[in-house]
Amino acid sequence: MAKAKVYVYLKNGILDPQGKATHHILTTMNFDQVKEVRVGKYITLDFSDQLSRQEIEQQTEQICRKLLANPIIEDYNFDIELNSK
Amino acid sequence: MKFGIVVFPGSNCDHDVYDVLKRNLHQEVQFLWHKNSDLAESEAVVLPGGFSYGDYLRTGAIARFSPIMKEVVRFAKHGRPVIGICNGFQILLETGLLPGAMLRNRRLRFICKFVYLKVENADSTFSCRCRQEQVLKMPIAHNEGNYFLESEKREELIANHQVILRYCDPAGEITEDANPNGSWFNIAGITNRQGNVFGLMPHPERASEGLLGSEDGRLIFHSLIESYS
Repeated sequence: MAKAKVYVYLKNGILDPQGKATHHILTTMNFDQVKEVRVGKYITLDFSDQLSRQEIEQQTEQICRKLLANPIIEDYNFDIELNSK
Repeated sequence: MKFGIVVFPGSNCDHDVYDVLKRNLHQEVQFLWHKNSDLAESEAVVLPGGFSYGDYLRTGAIARFSPIMKEVVRFAKHGRPVIGICNGFQILLETGLLPGAMLRNRRLRFICKFVYLKVENADSTFSCRCRQEQVLKMPIAHNEGNYFLESEKREELIANHQVILRYCDPAGEITEDANPNGSWFNIAGITNRQGNVFGLMPHPERASEGLLGSEDGRLIFHSLIESYS
């Protein structure tokens, strides 16, 4: 089975209150070498075997742009894994 | 005026809007199930508050692809009035009928309380019954109401008088303390460029009877009814 692993996250410069709160807690836990935390989403798409790698890339790109990410505030990237179990 | 209130799975202010429009303002009202493909001759469309599709993915992101939204977009493009309240506002942003996007509230809390709103533009379809700079009292109830707009579009939104409501203190001063969620420019409600699509985070339907603490919300509905009659 072919799988797309999609990461969606807030753009640089956009305030991420979840990341900020997580970072704050890390500093109180003495992980003070962590300079910033950003929280995003990880989404997997399992594709049928009918599609070529290129088709999967094209479809994933469209799915990200149309639905999974809001391009005003979010960026995304993805990896394609063929023959994943 | 014949109102159509769109009901998504997870809408929960649909009946409140219905009640205010029907019982208090004596308008014709109907519910429109999100799977419908027509607006059943509605003359104004309301996207009510709630948690459409459980707010999965992003608020409004899934609801915007409901079958009825194609018709709502068409209706809006024809200059007909559409009002989105709270989650309805978020859906309008995701649909692209209004500019910008919603972020999580800056202090990560779901905020449910009365706020004060300054009428920034009393000439709009949705605010013409208000006085310019009038201070309204209405409740908000949201987790994602932190309005964001790309910096290159900000000047235009202000210059076109699309900003209708801004969070203020009881005296009408726009202050950082009066901004409950971190919205850019203290924005609580905006219209599209043409002025026929309005999105606001406060709930006018929860502030249309004295018993509920405020009647200021009526001004919003009255403005719309007057503008189109």
